[in-house]
Amino acid sequence: MIDAATPLIPLAVVVPLLWAVLTAVRPQVRAAWLVVPGLLAWCTTAALLWSHVRAQGVTQYALGGWAEPLGIGLRADGLAATLTLVTAVIASACALHRLLSPPAEFADHAARWFWPLFFLLGAALDGVWLAADLFNMYVGLELLGLSAVGLVTVAGTTIALAAALRYLLAALLGSLAYLLGVALLYADYGTLALASLANGFTASTTTLVALALITAGLCLKTALFPLHGWLPPAHGAALPPVSALLSALVVKASFVMLLRIWLGPGVSLLVPAVAQGFGVLGAGAIAWGGWQALRHAELKMLVAHSTVAQLGYLFVAVPLLVDASAAARASAWDGVMLQVVAHALAKSAMFLASGALIAAVASYRVDDLAGVSRHMPLALFAFGLSAVSLMGLPPSGGFSAKWMLLQAALASGQWQWVFVLLGGGLLTAGYVFRVFRASFLQGAEDRFTPTPLGWDVVALALAASAILLGVMAVAPLEVLRIGAPPSVGLLLNGAP
Amino acid sequence: MSAASLPAWVLASSLLPAVLIFLLPESRRRTRTTLNLAAAGLKLVLVAAMSWGVVRNAPHEVRFTMWPGAEFILRGDALACLFAGLSALLWLFTTIYAIGYLEGAPNRSRFFGFFSLCVASTMGIALAGNLLTFLLFYELLTLSTYPLVVHRGTEKALAAGRTYLRYTITGGAALLLGIAVLYSFAGDVEFKETGSLRAVAESQWPLLRVAFGLMIAGLGVKAALVPLHGWLPQAMVAPAPVSALLHAVAVVKAGAFGIVRVVYDVYGIEFARELALLVPLTIAASVTIVWGSLRATQQTDLKRRLAFSTVSQVSYIALGVSLFGPLGTIGGLVHLLHQGIMKVTLFYCAGNYAETLGVHDIRELDGAGRRMPLTSAAFTIGAVGMIGVPPLAGFVSKWYLGLGALEAGHPWVLAVLIASSVLNAAYFLPIVHRLWFRNASAPWPDERSFGRFETSLWFLIPTLATAALTVGAGLFAGMPFSPLQWAMLITRREYLP
Repeated sequence: MIDAATPLIPLAVVVPLLWAVLTAVRPQVRAAWLVVPGLLAWCTTAALLWSHVRAQGVTQYALGGWAEPLGIGLRADGLAATLTLVTAVIASACALHRLLSPPAEFADHAARWFWPLFFLLGAALDGVWLAADLFNMYVGLELLGLSAVGLVTVAGTTIALAAALRYLLAALLGSLAYLLGVALLYADYGTLALASLANGFTASTTTLVALALITAGLCLKTALFPLHGWLPPAHGAALPPVSALLSALVVKASFVMLLRIWLGPGVSLLVPAVAQGFGVLGAGAIAWGGWQALRHAELKMLVAHSTVAQLGYLFVAVPLLVDASAAARASAWDGVMLQVVAHALAKSAMFLASGALIAAVASYRVDDLAGVSRHMPLALFAFGLSAVSLMGLPPSGGFSAKWMLLQAALASGQWQWVFVLLGGGLLTAGYVFRVFRASFLQGAEDRFTPTPLGWDVVALALAASAILLGVMAVAPLEVLRIGAPPSVGLLLNGAP
Repeated sequence: MSAASLPAWVLASSLLPAVLIFLLPESRRRTRTTLNLAAAGLKLVLVAAMSWGVVRNAPHEVRFTMWPGAEFILRGDALACLFAGLSALLWLFTTIYAIGYLEGAPNRSRFFGFFSLCVASTMGIALAGNLLTFLLFYELLTLSTYPLVVHRGTEKALAAGRTYLRYTITGGAALLLGIAVLYSFAGDVEFKETGSLRAVAESQWPLLRVAFGLMIAGLGVKAALVPLHGWLPQAMVAPAPVSALLHAVAVVKAGAFGIVRVVYDVYGIEFARELALLVPLTIAASVTIVWGSLRATQQTDLKRRLAFSTVSQVSYIALGVSLFGPLGTIGGLVHLLHQGIMKVTLFYCAGNYAETLGVHDIRELDGAGRRMPLTSAAFTIGAVGMIGVPPLAGFVSKWYLGLGALEAGHPWVLAVLIASSVLNAAYFLPIVHRLWFRNASAPWPDERSFGRFETSLWFLIPTLATAALTVGAGLFAGMPFSPLQWAMLITRREYLP
């Protein structure tokens, strides 16, 4: 399956990596001159890869010509190609937000490291999406954690440093647990390539311990309730474009790994009790994250807790992904894939819009937003559109995803998840309307700081794509089904 | 623009103005006014063209696939044209009214942007060709009316907005669940005259009943069925044009219209009767009619009294729908139009009194007929029409509802109608009496002068136009294209496939 276009796969990792090096060695160059070509190259590579996978199906690449199980394999299925594209798009939006920021914000010397860390984070994300074996995933995950922690510290405040330290601890603990698990698996099976493990795990003690370690580590990194404690402070304290990247993409990396492992070789061990356990934790996340978002006074903390809740939806889907009914499994796969993408777009838009709102009123508090509906209509509109998707109201990607999960739950007869999904939507409405309520209050007139118009436009573009995803989901879903795990039963476009 | 895509253009004729108005700076008053009026006029023309397709029995349709198994359908069928025509007409008048009402007020750009968005959603609700498309616009309507309800930004307005959201978002969730349950075993259900669920196996009938209950509960929130009506009286703090929008043009109508769609075009009236779904709906509607009227008699605030009157009057539509037989159907459908025309007149009048004289309470209205004769005449027409005095619009509705009740074998419904008419008279006639037969006892609370006329022409023209329509819809009920004839056309297609 090696053809002329496969170099696109390594390029998706190499391009951001190259710019990480360039921005590190040439920091004196004016940022825009160096960064914009990098973003263009990155987006082009990702778009080409996406359309390649769409046309040709799953594509593999063996680094240095060594095939598995010896070499380092990269594999682009529909999920990987889509997430690579989404990463390039969201990263570009965040980069634009940063480039458009007033230069005063760059005074700190830590800011020098923003661009190298930013591109490194992108390379690590692409590495995780495209990895074909458990060790490559580890490398990507480790790089991801370190660059993410670094980016949080760029904010330069004491609060951000404390949050970053806590984040670092969680990230290191998570990858350590994962690495231990992977080592145990290697001892048992002699290979780490997912393709070679395709026959499935056996229920040996080593495997069970390994899976438990891997799962615990990844759940910690993906901030699944009740292991989410590190997330809100870190995402709340970082700069807006960093929060956007972390919430939209970074936490999804470990979730995608969990999905690849449990629905791939681990599917025979994903017995109903375990699957239901994931679902219960997901429901807990929806309830707890929503409740916290309702009572936090600060806007970014509200949005960060919303991430905890929205991640819950992904885990609620797990029991549906292994249901006896094939219709339920297929619907759940579509739903969870769409939720990953829709939440990424909507949440990045929401963080960028919040950044603009916070800068305009020079306060972090929701209550201080009085009057912004008049002064910042575009930013508020972007916030509103992304909120529509998060609430799961139509028309939006969030709604379509919820609809598919609802259909999966109804088809499987698991009514408990129906109520969790609906209740989650009501809770979300409760906390996002806090923001609108405040913004419609009549406030004083002259206390607003002007913010760049470009900020609003970037946030609006991301939010609008989250909305559009809801009515034009045919093509994205078609690609996301390419190479879906066989257990899900959606072998549509020439999967291996 | 091809003729087939007409429904999309009807939608676009308020969606695009919405976007343009949002982008327009606050100070461009003249451009905004022109844009608003041009869009409203254009929409009327487009809806008329679409109705012509229905007469020729070739409705226009637009569709595409949102995701596998979920279609987005806009179709200009007879029922769609009925509702779209009403909304387009009343929107034109309400826009004129709103332009005058917000003269010099802040945040007009935001207001008119959401105003247009709200009507775009209503058009979408009217034209939706299946449940999923309907749901999409139904929720969009909730979201686009919230900023209008809280427009004034006062604590009271925000409290009303919160109540409004609690009710409508929860109702939306019930509707979503009902539709999802229906899809889970019947697939994508398109709206079709005489319904499309008859093929469902009998073992699934309990689920059909559950789905019906959930959908009606969800729709009943907007249609203000008792006990789901609590948000409506509270929302009267909104500006007068918004009240007109809530009570006559868009929101409660969207709920009532949804009930019509579900009964006729999803289940089919005969199948709904077989499932024993109609009688509970008749009872719910009857309770609402009496309760709303009773509560209206206790109110002293004019807008609050009108709000409870809406609770009662909108349920006439649900009542007509639930009565099996062509006459009941005609009564329900025609009331969809008549209630809109009459209630919008009354709310315009309430706005005129408030803006010109500063009067909000009924007891302050003494002698207002002499100061504002035209407005008071319009109010009297609307009130008498609501009571059901011939030859006004309300009489036509009640006549057919009464006949429908007998035809369906529920003579007790006649008692409900009579009781409601008596109560209507009890809460409307005292106001009419105060307007014309009492002398002003005190100076008006906050009087403004608008020059030559009793009030601004922006207010007066829509008020008189809808009052004239109230008379016309009754007098000319026999003419082609009158609301009654259109309702009969729909009824023929429902009962005689």
